Amino acid sequence: MKEQLLNEDTIAAVATGLGGAGIGIIRVSGDQAIALVEPLFKNPKGKTLTKAASHQLLYGQMVDPQTNMDIDEVLLSKMVKPHSYTAEDVVEINCHGGIVPMQKILGLLLSAGVRMAEPGEFTKRAFLNGRLDLTQAEAVMDIINAKTEEGLKYSVSQLEGKLSDHLEEIDQELLAILSHMEANIEYPEFDIEEVTNSEIKTSVVTAVKKIDQVLEGSEAGKIYREGITTAILGEPNVGKSSLLNTLLMENKAIVTDIPGTTRDIIEEYINVKGIPFKIIDTAGIRETDNEVERIGVEKSRNLLDKANLVIFMRDISKPLSQREEELMTLLKNKNTIYIANKTDLKETEKMPDPWIPMSLLTEAGIDLLKQKMVDMVYAGTVNQDADYLVTNSRHINQLNKCKEHLHAALETMASGMPVELISIDVMNAVESLREITGKAVGMDIINQIFKNFCIGK
Amino acid sequence: MTYQGGNYDIVVVGAGHAGCEAALAAARMGFNTLLLTINLDSVAMMPCNPSIGGTGKGHLVREIDALGGEMGKNIDATMIQSKMLNTAKGPAVHSLRAQADKKNYQFRMKEVIENQPNLLLKQQEATEILIEKGKITGVKVLTGAIYACRAAIICSGTYLKGRIIIGDVSYDGGPNGLFPAMYLSQSLKENGIELQRFKTGTPARVDAKSLDFDKMVIQNGDEKIIPFSFETEEINIDQVPCYLTYTNEKTHQIINQNIDRSPLYNGEVTGIGPRYCPSIETKVMRFNDKDRHQIFIEPEGLNTNEIYVQGMSSSLPEDVQIDLYRTVPGMEHAEFMRSAYAIEYDCIHPTRLKASLELKDIDGLFFAGQINGTSGYEEAAAQGLIAGINAVKGLKNEEPVILDRSQAYIGVLIDDIITKGIDEPYRMMTSRCEYRLLLRQDNADLRLTPIGYQAGLINEERYKRFLDKKVTVEKEIERLLSFTIKPSAENNEKMIELGSTPIKKSLSLFEILKRPEMTYDLLAVFDDQRPALNWSEKEQVEVQIKYEGYIKKQLAQVEQYKKLEHRSIPNDLDYTKISGLRLEAAEKLNAIKPLSMGQASRISGVSPADMSVLMIYLEQQKRRNQRAGD
Repeated sequence: MKEQLLNEDTIAAVATGLGGAGIGIIRVSGDQAIALVEPLFKNPKGKTLTKAASHQLLYGQMVDPQTNMDIDEVLLSKMVKPHSYTAEDVVEINCHGGIVPMQKILGLLLSAGVRMAEPGEFTKRAFLNGRLDLTQAEAVMDIINAKTEEGLKYSVSQLEGKLSDHLEEIDQELLAILSHMEANIEYPEFDIEEVTNSEIKTSVVTAVKKIDQVLEGSEAGKIYREGITTAILGEPNVGKSSLLNTLLMENKAIVTDIPGTTRDIIEEYINVKGIPFKIIDTAGIRETDNEVERIGVEKSRNLLDKANLVIFMRDISKPLSQREEELMTLLKNKNTIYIANKTDLKETEKMPDPWIPMSLLTEAGIDLLKQKMVDMVYAGTVNQDADYLVTNSRHINQLNKCKEHLHAALETMASGMPVELISIDVMNAVESLREITGKAVGMDIINQIFKNFCIGK
Repeated sequence: MTYQGGNYDIVVVGAGHAGCEAALAAARMGFNTLLLTINLDSVAMMPCNPSIGGTGKGHLVREIDALGGEMGKNIDATMIQSKMLNTAKGPAVHSLRAQADKKNYQFRMKEVIENQPNLLLKQQEATEILIEKGKITGVKVLTGAIYACRAAIICSGTYLKGRIIIGDVSYDGGPNGLFPAMYLSQSLKENGIELQRFKTGTPARVDAKSLDFDKMVIQNGDEKIIPFSFETEEINIDQVPCYLTYTNEKTHQIINQNIDRSPLYNGEVTGIGPRYCPSIETKVMRFNDKDRHQIFIEPEGLNTNEIYVQGMSSSLPEDVQIDLYRTVPGMEHAEFMRSAYAIEYDCIHPTRLKASLELKDIDGLFFAGQINGTSGYEEAAAQGLIAGINAVKGLKNEEPVILDRSQAYIGVLIDDIITKGIDEPYRMMTSRCEYRLLLRQDNADLRLTPIGYQAGLINEERYKRFLDKKVTVEKEIERLLSFTIKPSAENNEKMIELGSTPIKKSLSLFEILKRPEMTYDLLAVFDDQRPALNWSEKEQVEVQIKYEGYIKKQLAQVEQYKKLEHRSIPNDLDYTKISGLRLEAAEKLNAIKPLSMGQASRISGVSPADMSVLMIYLEQQKRRNQRAGD
């Protein structure tokens, strides 16, 4: 946490979620803000960020300097210190293309040496740099605490399940080899097998492979996986699974099944006009629709808690059941789209607001539904959680750092350096990894030594 | 009856490894010092293993020496075997260890102390510390004498309420058959100093003439002895060997059969023991898949038959101990001279101390050594030296000497115990040091001699020699940087002869020395302008060049670390009044009262968010004060 206490480096974060109008803003602040964004930016007339005037918008493309490929059409605004929110040099990148390019840009910034801001860090800097008034100190502390708690919630929910298992495996692998090296160093005369370079190499390479697996999962799937969480609710046989199939039909390509994110609730992804939606409990939808089985109230509640958007569906040809009434009370405070299905069975002149008439046989109403879904996102009613994006980018960045240290360890070894230098690299790798989980290394190495080896006079 | 025993600047309680260094430093800095010991025959006693140094600990001894302490010189003068450990690994973890002639070690240290101007050594048991208005004013002893003082350093080792445990037998006692100190604990408690109970143990001493060394593996010392002290030119002694033997199934069987008689396992002993010195029963119980454990046989001196049996510390009853020792090859007929025992003792919570080792809320009262919860002679001596120096600094109204984590193992040791607190005896380990590559035993003089000199513990002559060495090394590195050789046929032939590979372009000797197979000495064949360097200068040149890249990386980390250490925090802060701070963090911070942002961030339970809140609060206070000042 040294960097974040020094306030000297350049930080970035998503300043707004992909809410209204689908525009997201990435804010970069610090001495290097302009210099680090510059190589990622291309203006059609050759204008540069460095030469641009303060507080003016600059149109152009963000490009990946490695591949020279365009990533997104953006508007940059440069704010030269002290005339910015943080009183540091600030560049704001207004992205248009939605969540995927945003994630990509953030990733490029991080690998260029920008650090992901801690929760509330922009506000903290603004205060420390005298931008905020003395009376606002308390409010700043509150923001830091609130954002930390919020961030924690997301990172914990993201760390549930297989991802956390993978990280734990990598951690254990590295800790085991590290404590073996350290035991050899601390107790050279004891009966502990000297760890060989080939053993270290095996462990390091194994760890690198596992990191690559996690990274692959995160890059191919995770990005799409952070869509707007959507639940489809309704009584059995109202047509939920048909709706799901219809929505999925056009989206076969991005239905992924990457281990590590799905557990008992199966999720599937659809892309509606560039906005990813994550439909949760697809297994439940199919099950309850096939067998005449109702989902319990508790499970409904559970689903509702998870969802940012709910699609509630009923069969218009049947009278409203007591269950449906119950469900609809639960939905009162949720962002809900109401669908009256099976209009083919019961001709209805006009559906009362907010019901969307639908017939899945003729696909009538599907376009209206899609429009409504997109409208709700653009209107900002339903918000893509920026924190998901942030934690995800942060994890990817830390994993990459961890990998770099492991490669350094292999190099150190190859250049014939002694074990205590290899150990420094492996230790750095563990620390990078631990920044994801927030667990300090502290006494873990020493504890491991005494747990695994019988040493001491 | 009490009486006035005299006036001193500084009273040091306890003449073990911490007390000796503390008293010598204080007296050498010109202050009138009294050193109290429960028994004059126990000065600088080594009640456990007969060696000084080892991994991490060897670093401490060299640092003590660089600062002007006595331990390095004392072991140099009294060693009977020496070994540089970890030579198969890199220079950062090379560690010196020497076997001591225990009695000789004590006699020499006692002699040095007795002949030190400004220092008086007395046999007295301290029973009370006298405090007035939050300040130490004197130390009272069992006979009734009161020694008035302006500072006191408590180095009571394992004596406080010492309790000896040998199987089902236990009694009040100090180490090595000495009396315990039964009164001082009470006085500390009455002055608000909370105590905790720690435990340690030592193996039996057996009679050399009852052992069969032919059944063991001989362990000789190094051919060339490298001294601990930077002042010792060379050491020429006939070294005495140690031996290695092993436990076996029979040993383990006896332990298993008698484990219910071990007070460690039947709940008799409640003190917390160090994992670094597990008893043989702990090793066998915890690692029951291991079919043998190493036993190192170490002589306790030249004029004694006593043999230290490293690896066999135990709190099993005496009869079981004898049985199990006799299962070990070479010890079939071992006769016990002293039995193995466990000892429980009182120690303080070191988080109550400042980095100077002064108690936070009693002026002039310092603590050093095992009373602070550490284990080991070297750890004790290091703290003693720092406490001694800082007691004087306090009396002179000068800033204390505080070594940070990037300067010395001593800095890591003290920062660890005062910041993180401890729940088991603390042993120095190289892996505790994040800047291990910079804190090598070979450069302890370069790191710390100026600090010892400024404190007045290093004399002019030695300081001048240090400066000479520093300049010589720097110049030589410069010279090697600019000395290039061409890829001529002749040069490349030499490269191959030296076991290296040909060079393709002109390279400096500096670059060539970075090759793993190259040494400074080997490069002489290319180098006709080489100045005459002694071995320690050569060593410096070589290490600094070979590991240059890694050293630079650590130096960059140190720079960041230092910045945070320099961001100071006022020590009168009431953290519970900072509204944004979580309760757990506020309580921890209040207990430790960190001096800097760096130290605060090392306290367990203080999160990055807490640190951010603290920063905002400090900035708020600063602006308020500025406004008030306007």
